[in-house]
Order: sequence, then C-alpha cells, then structure tokens
Amino acid sequence: MAHDAETAILPPLQQVATDFASDKQAFSVPWGKAMMWIFLLSDTFIFTCFLTSYMNVRLSTLSTWPNPSQVFSLNIGGQDIPLILIAIMTFVLITSSGTMALAVNYGYRRNKRNTVLLMVTTAALGATFVSMQAFEWTKLIMEGVRPWGNPWGAPQFGSAFFMITGFHGLHVSAGVIYLLTVARRVHTGFYDKRGSYETVEVAGLYWHFVDLVWVFIFAFFYLW
Amino acid sequence: MSEAKEGQQHPLKIYLWIWLLLFVLSTFSYLVDYFHLHGMLRWSLIIVFMLLKAGFIVAIFMHMAWERLALKFAILIPPLCLLILIGFMAIEGDYTFLTRGAAFLR
Repeated sequence: MAHDAETAILPPLQQVATDFASDKQAFSVPWGKAMMWIFLLSDTFIFTCFLTSYMNVRLSTLSTWPNPSQVFSLNIGGQDIPLILIAIMTFVLITSSGTMALAVNYGYRRNKRNTVLLMVTTAALGATFVSMQAFEWTKLIMEGVRPWGNPWGAPQFGSAFFMITGFHGLHVSAGVIYLLTVARRVHTGFYDKRGSYETVEVAGLYWHFVDLVWVFIFAFFYLW
Repeated sequence: MSEAKEGQQHPLKIYLWIWLLLFVLSTFSYLVDYFHLHGMLRWSLIIVFMLLKAGFIVAIFMHMAWERLALKFAILIPPLCLLILIGFMAIEGDYTFLTRGAAFLR
C-alpha cells in the first residue's frame, strides 16, 4: 500500500479526491471490508425505515401507546422491576461486542487460541440474547400481544414490536452462525494459510453493527 | 512481526476502556427509565446517551476513527439523507393524527 503512505501527507479533502480519482481502487482496505461496510450501510437504511414507520404510527394513533416500562417489567422476588429483561439483554449484547473487539485484536496478533475462545464466547452471548428475546416474545404473546392488537392500547404496538425486534433477532441469529463459521476456520488454520486475518475483523464489523442497531432500538422503542 | 502491520491493530487498553464506558452509558440510559424522568429531560438524555454509545461503537470498535477519510465519507454521509425521511414522516404522522382527530373524535 505504497499509495497510502504517499497520499497520507496531503490535506484531508485533497486526499479524498485523490482516493476517489484513483484508477484501480478508491478505498485502501481489503475488498471484503469495503463490501461489508456497504452492506451495513444498506442495512442502516432498512432498520431506519422500520424505526421511522414505528415513529409514524406512534405519532398518528389516537389511542394511547402502551407504556414499555410496564409492558417489559419482570416480577422478581415479588417486586415489579421495570424493563429489567431489556436492560440485561443490552448488557449481554455490549459484553459480546467487547469480546468480539478483543477477538479481532488477538486475531491480528496471531493468537489463535484466544481468538477462537473469544469468538465462541461472543457467539454464546449472542445465543443468550436470542434466547432471552424468545422468552420475551413468549411472555408477550401469552399476555395477548398480536400484530393487530394488545390489551393495553394502540394496536400498532404489536406490529412495530414484532417487526423491529424480530428483524434484529434474525440478524443476531445469523451473526451467531457467521461467527461460529469464521471461528472454525481460525481454529483449522485457514487464515494462517491465507496469510490474513482480515475476515475476523469483517465478521467483527457485522457483530458491532448488530450491537449498534440495538442501541437505537433500546433508545427509541423501549425507553421513549 | 517483521512485515508491516496488518489491518487495524491498537492497544487492548483502548477496547477495555470503551467497553467500560459503554457499560456505564447503558446503565445511565436504564436509570433514565428507572427514575421515571419525563418530558424534554428524558428525551434529551436518551438521545445523548444513545449518540455517545453509537459514536464509540462506530469510531473505536468498528475502527472508523482510523480509516481514511474517503471511506468515512462514503459510509457516514449517505445515512444523513435518512434525516429527510424522518422529518417528512414526522410531519406526515402529525397530519394523520390531526385528520384522524377531526374525523373520528367528533
């Protein structure tokens, strides 16, 4: 990447212009990484469409919106603790993001054992997250929440909830499979033969994005 | 390693600090709900904590802070047009609310 060093000293905007005007390659990153970023960009648009339509139906309904703080409270030790399951899920996902960041770091250090261990931990935390979500869905369905109605107010609550958290949960589930596949290849020495651990970082990008989306869902759907 | 550094390599310490910070920020946003804050205070705190968390995840965990400006521009600028969608849909939602009120709440 001699080009990088030569253009690094240019003023910022001139560097951008040089990069975009280069004959062969605009982004000086491996193609897998550039493609993952572009995929994540498109995913950003999808999730924003969901959250925006949720905003729209919540603004336009005449009935009161169910209070998420109460809907998602759990009774622990005879006491209703608001939103506690969602808080735990948030911490589980953040923890998994941390272990993934470390996995990427150890991958570049060529520490295979730690990389595999941390990636499997990340996948396990992801699976934990999905199981807690399954528990939450079961609880809400038993309480009578449907995409077309619920016992507490605006019927749109159910459809927004199932659509947004369902699509996010699907991303987490796919991520668990993705991470385990890459972890297996780290274990078998596939990336040593290839001479590059970029794939671990690219998988990390996907996983952090899943966490990133949850930050927005947590703020707008559960806390608002 | 004798060869040039491959990919994004940074000290572990950075990740651990950001990790801790994300925990603290998440706790704060949970406390906003726990203490039943309301109105503008609640909404502004939720947004501030959310943006801080999102920023740290993208900048540090996803290494955006160390990428070249061309990639930063290509990925971070397009989502800005979503603000227009959000603005339009907010206006539209308000309008639907008003017309529904006028039509059904007589």
